[in-house]
Amino acid sequence: MSFIEINDLSHVYHRGQADEIAALSHVSLKIDDGEFVAVLGANGSGKSTLAKHLNAILLPTGGSVVVDGMDTRDMAHLWDIRQEVGMVFQNPDNQIIAAVVEDDVAFGPENLGVPSDEIRKRVDDSLALVGMSDFARFAPHLLSGGQKQRIAIAGALAMHTRCLVLDEPTAMLDPVGRAEVLNAVRELHENEKITVIYITHFMEEAAAASRVVVMERGEVVVDDEPHGVFPCVEEMKKRGLDVPLASEVAWRLRKQGVKLPDNIISDDELVAAICR
Amino acid sequence: MLTDITIGQFFPGGSFLHRMDARVKVILLFLFIVAIFIFDTPGGYAAMCAMTLGLGIASGVPLGMLARSIKPLWWILAFTFLIHLCSVPGEVIARAWIFEMTREGMVRGFFLCLRLVLLILLSSLLTFTTSPLALTDAIEALLRPLRSVGVPAHELAMMMTIALRFVPTLIEETDKIMKAQQSRGVDFESGNFIKRVMGMVPILVPLFISAFRRADELAMAMEARCYRGGEGRTQMKVLRVTHIDYTAIAATVIFFVVLTVLKVMGI
Repeated sequence: MSFIEINDLSHVYHRGQADEIAALSHVSLKIDDGEFVAVLGANGSGKSTLAKHLNAILLPTGGSVVVDGMDTRDMAHLWDIRQEVGMVFQNPDNQIIAAVVEDDVAFGPENLGVPSDEIRKRVDDSLALVGMSDFARFAPHLLSGGQKQRIAIAGALAMHTRCLVLDEPTAMLDPVGRAEVLNAVRELHENEKITVIYITHFMEEAAAASRVVVMERGEVVVDDEPHGVFPCVEEMKKRGLDVPLASEVAWRLRKQGVKLPDNIISDDELVAAICR
Repeated sequence: MLTDITIGQFFPGGSFLHRMDARVKVILLFLFIVAIFIFDTPGGYAAMCAMTLGLGIASGVPLGMLARSIKPLWWILAFTFLIHLCSVPGEVIARAWIFEMTREGMVRGFFLCLRLVLLILLSSLLTFTTSPLALTDAIEALLRPLRSVGVPAHELAMMMTIALRFVPTLIEETDKIMKAQQSRGVDFESGNFIKRVMGMVPILVPLFISAFRRADELAMAMEARCYRGGEGRTQMKVLRVTHIDYTAIAATVIFFVVLTVLKVMGI
């Protein structure tokens, strides 16, 4: 049994009304413990809707989502599911609740009723994991976007979450902030064995994942490892998506007749292939 | 102009005022405010001023910063002083048009302003030395006994926490909207009062819309982090009454005894 099992999931907003929108139709996915899944897709492809199903913020209108053996429609497990699956949203300003960093990180465990000493320890540990220990007593509005997103990640970690769902966490950040957030997520995935579901528009970030899911009009159209997805440059462009710069360069060079392998997705791989 | 607001701005530090239990601080502040209005002799005022100054120095908060908290109330102070200066009967020291300024008015106006200043300074000292979360926790704890009569203590505290958290964010946003409007030719500075008030509409509308959107997202983020009201919630920073608080309470009692003696002796 996988950690997260999405079976034939459909979601319709405003069902039965004039503005009815089918955001997800018949999506089935299995995500195992310890995976790093990047979810790609154009705007309106249903990525965020999918993400919100993973910790029962939205409930399926068809099919089911089962997290660690618990069905999200079962209200008895609602808080267990939300504790196991932490969410990080796009806008860093709109998910920080307290006026001091460490108080914000403590918000989750406080809601779970964790004893005070244990919360203190969890907060310190979580801030250390995202490299923000020095900012424990700062006011959030004094931090950069990347730092705020790392605080949001620490807030989820403090609940001892097993899985992080990040919904375009870098969309509002500058390049430095993007790198900070991605590195923090990668370290958590590698060192803490946290399952990561990372929704993004940035292909370089998706290339860091171990698996890439591409969505289009509410359906999963590609589900493969990055080396299988990004070299198909024409197919990706047809879907309105980009590919990492290295894949694009390799593709163009191949079209010009340069002999290059067709599985290049990172700068290092490209350099190695050209220099060979 | 928008960065002048100091209420709710915590100044981190390690003074005894910072380490005191926020509940004790709130209660003592309340007693001090009552005392300001009871002990109205010159000796009493002198003692209160000395006490406030002493606390200000002990808090480690820069005194200039503390003094700046009076600035927003500058006009109220000036107005209060003028009203008293001209309305209290007594020995006339100056005349302007139909107004007669009296020595008694000057004295009374001065003391009333002094009261207001002390009140603001002491309240600011509380907000400067208490983190907003500790303050809201204290208010929640102090209101908890009133829950049985229907006072939503936890909800009020949570509202305050969120409000304090979003004050700087919304100030920043207002500034941005104003600049965006100004860059397109909106004039906020000139024109009569009505014109200027109407000029605020293009600021308020986008500000409200964005605030509602923020509220929506924040609610979702809170739910995602298992927020379900005050039931069964614990706190990382538990308020504890320590020996510092007992010392402060004892010192306050002694101080009030001194004030009472001064008042009885008429100094």
